Amino acid sequence: MSNIARSTHPGFMDYVRRDLYLSISSSSDACAPLLFFCMVITLVPLSISPNPEQLAELAPGLVWIMALLATLLSIERIFVFDHEDGSLEQMLIAPNMMTFSVLGKIIAHWLSTGLPLTLLSPAVGLMLALPENAYGPMVISLGLGTAYLSLVGAVIASLTVSLGRGGFLISLLAVPLYMPILVFGTSTVTYAVAHMPWSGPLAIMGAMLALALVLCPLAASAILRVTHSG
Amino acid sequence: MVKRDRKWRWFHQMGSPRWFYEITGGWLPWLIPLALSLLAVGLFWGLFLAPPDARQGQSYRIIFVHVPASFLALLGYYVVATAGAVGLIWRIKMCFIVMKAAAPIGAALTLIALFTGAVWGKPTWGTYWVWDARITSMLILLFLYLGVMTLQRAFVSKDMSFKAGAILALVGTVNIPIIYKSVDWWYTLHQPATLKLTSSPSMHTDMLQPLLLVICGFYAFYLMVLILFARLEILRYEKSSNWVKTLVAEGNDS
Repeated sequence: MSNIARSTHPGFMDYVRRDLYLSISSSSDACAPLLFFCMVITLVPLSISPNPEQLAELAPGLVWIMALLATLLSIERIFVFDHEDGSLEQMLIAPNMMTFSVLGKIIAHWLSTGLPLTLLSPAVGLMLALPENAYGPMVISLGLGTAYLSLVGAVIASLTVSLGRGGFLISLLAVPLYMPILVFGTSTVTYAVAHMPWSGPLAIMGAMLALALVLCPLAASAILRVTHSG
Repeated sequence: MVKRDRKWRWFHQMGSPRWFYEITGGWLPWLIPLALSLLAVGLFWGLFLAPPDARQGQSYRIIFVHVPASFLALLGYYVVATAGAVGLIWRIKMCFIVMKAAAPIGAALTLIALFTGAVWGKPTWGTYWVWDARITSMLILLFLYLGVMTLQRAFVSKDMSFKAGAILALVGTVNIPIIYKSVDWWYTLHQPATLKLTSSPSMHTDMLQPLLLVICGFYAFYLMVLILFARLEILRYEKSSNWVKTLVAEGNDS
């Protein structure tokens, strides 16, 4: 909050710093997606099989599905608190370009959920007996992919924020849009497991991320304007 | 200037729900018989008169429901998205009403396409469900439809529900090519060797003619249901306006 008091018109960096600060100060919120990620992974050996060969086969898909769900669970937070305490209104009436403020918030969301999740993924891969040569592709694909998930999720979250009860609705709306990135993300890892060149699907993920990086902040800020004009 | 005004008048008149209600009231008496007779003739021809397929026998006949339903399920999403976009850009309420009416119809058609596909899959592929590229795309399309419908229902304010639904439909439209391509790519990766389409590459005219007739019938039927749903939605939306109240009073008297 001190950042907003200091500068009259908070911009991109102010929002990145503010949202990061807020998520760190309420550490339970910041850790929840990570804990969820690890705990649900624990359910897999318990429910399917602890056999390393079987787990290794499922690992690429599992890691990706869990990362997707963890992002989905946390994406509601991106606008809902701002909506409740009125700072979203301040963002709407600020004279500078709202797209960059929204982009700042999205990047902060990725830094507080997607990036830690990516960094944690080798540990999960280890627990699921993922072959060694797949660690690099998994980390790179999750890094790009979780950024995409945050960007697209922010568009959906902006649609539902004025309802005040996103939860299930966000999941219903976002999951169909998440399917393509899941396809390419898991393929990158499975290609690596099969000792095939994995740069192809990764390049497509990069292209999708570039497209989302341009379009999603624009779309989300336009939606926030529409849904707050009454 | 006057000429230009006249040229565009229909466009602005379309924006008035009352005008739409009155003009479509005149269309329905011939549209309903047309749609129903096209469907009846086409289906009778296809299901009873057309010759059986050389390899699939009688089971291929479900094509006369499956193909038109799949066509219109896809087209229906573009109707939803286009109506939503026009409504958002020119702020025309009527377009939002059409969009809201089109979403459940499209969802129902997608469900019909999936169901008939499953029924058809049993005798031809030996299983009700395969994770085939086209089936999976259809399933995702159903999710997109349901998403638009759920979002619209979640808003209390009509205006907001219209706008939010339209935006979501547009976001979905941007994603449809990406989803389609990714599913296609995914399928070529995992393609099972056993699955093979048994239909011949070109259709015999005896089968093609009734199929075209049924497709025309489905188009007419779609238009009819869309108009009926939109009229219902107009009455709901304008229920506090005078013209609807008089209409209801007249309906109660007769």
